[in-house]
Amino acid sequence: MDFIWIDLTSPAFITPFLLTLKVSGLAVVFSLVLGVAAAFLLTRRPFPGRDLLDALCTLPLVMPPTVLGYYILVLVGRRGFIGQWLQDSFGISLMFTWQGATIAATVVAFPLVFKSARAALEGVGSRYEDAARTLGQNELSVFLRVSLPLAFRGIISGGMLAFARAMGEFGATLMIAGNLPGRTQTLSLAVYSAVQAGNDALANTLVLIISIVCVVILVITGKLLQPKFRQ
Amino acid sequence: MKRTALATLLVALVLWTSAPGTAQARELIVSAAASLTDAFSDMEPAFEKAHPEVDVIMNFASSGALYRQIEQGAPADVYASANPKWMNKAVQNRFVAEDDVAVFARNALVLAVPSDNPASVSSLDDLTKRSVKSIGIGTPETVPAGQYAKGALVGADLYDHLSPKMIFGESVRQVLDYLVRGEIDCGFVYRTDAVKAGKDVSIVAEVPLENPVTYPVAVVLDSASDEAARKFVAFVLGGEGRALLEARGFKAP
Repeated sequence: MDFIWIDLTSPAFITPFLLTLKVSGLAVVFSLVLGVAAAFLLTRRPFPGRDLLDALCTLPLVMPPTVLGYYILVLVGRRGFIGQWLQDSFGISLMFTWQGATIAATVVAFPLVFKSARAALEGVGSRYEDAARTLGQNELSVFLRVSLPLAFRGIISGGMLAFARAMGEFGATLMIAGNLPGRTQTLSLAVYSAVQAGNDALANTLVLIISIVCVVILVITGKLLQPKFRQ
Repeated sequence: MKRTALATLLVALVLWTSAPGTAQARELIVSAAASLTDAFSDMEPAFEKAHPEVDVIMNFASSGALYRQIEQGAPADVYASANPKWMNKAVQNRFVAEDDVAVFARNALVLAVPSDNPASVSSLDDLTKRSVKSIGIGTPETVPAGQYAKGALVGADLYDHLSPKMIFGESVRQVLDYLVRGEIDCGFVYRTDAVKAGKDVSIVAEVPLENPVTYPVAVVLDSASDEAARKFVAFVLGGEGRALLEARGFKAP
């Protein structure tokens, strides 16, 4: 195992590093909003097709990322169904942009938030929710003021996992955002390019940095969320 | 307190969505096969020095993935593929013009050994020796290098005889990695791979092939910077491009 010392302030490292943080951070924000909303809908009363919808929300977790990336590409590419509409209405193209990378990262991170949010919301139990309803609160208010605070830690731990997953995202990102050094090359794409160029020492160093950053973020978030007292 | 911290983090994230862009020079996106990463990374500054009005942006992925991107309307201007298969597809589906396709480099398939050569292999014929216990080869169904190797061994009437000794890799990089770590006695890789591995791997013999390993390049028809794209292709095919490719172990077409 060879490692090299790399200058952590050089653009060669800092550009992909900041890009990775930006893409993963935004992906977590989006997947938290979407994942919690989907979990909220699916933990209400059963409706026809609920199990199918649940399976669809989990699908990105089990699909090979390159296949997933290809599907996203078919949807939002310039000739894609959504991509054409974006191009015609707003003149936006997502191909080869960091925004495209964010979409890819959001799709892979979403199921992790969805799964943990669903488990956390189901774990709240209907006693507290029913109590709030008898006090005249409407459904949204019950959710925001009772279910969500009680499920908060479970949801956030899903968000942490989602962040780590988004940081390591490779396959789907490569398809939609490409691997453009200095523009859409995240850390994991930089590792891929380093290996392809026969620069194994740089690849090892980058992997080490990604691992350290992930562990530090997970530990800090874990500390933030530690309960002040056992319930 | 905790909530304030979280909220601040979120606000900071959402606000931080502008990437500083400097768009003075004309952008040219070059989609090149991953195996060309080092050679084309060398070309970028060399080309920009000769053409300061163009800003070359490289995009490295597998030839197939790059084709899919172009198929879905990605704004690529130049396509350099690691094999004719995907370029032919691009020609068939009118993403590039047949007249624009040019072979800019060739690669050789070689039989390579770990630097200490544990099984003392010195030619293809040595593979049948009892001392050779393992032969690395890319899975012929999915890895082009494996396909080439299988073709050569079938031609020499050795394939069936040797197949019990074969260790199949899911990519040519994996076979190379086994060689570097000394996990196999010998293996089939491209000359450029063996060059990249440096002193850990020695080339024993070049494998004679019916169809040479070629790398085609072409301007993408949809290109918004057609003129710059043609200049770049000319640069790759020219003397300076050739020198950079040869430095990385590629051969002239």
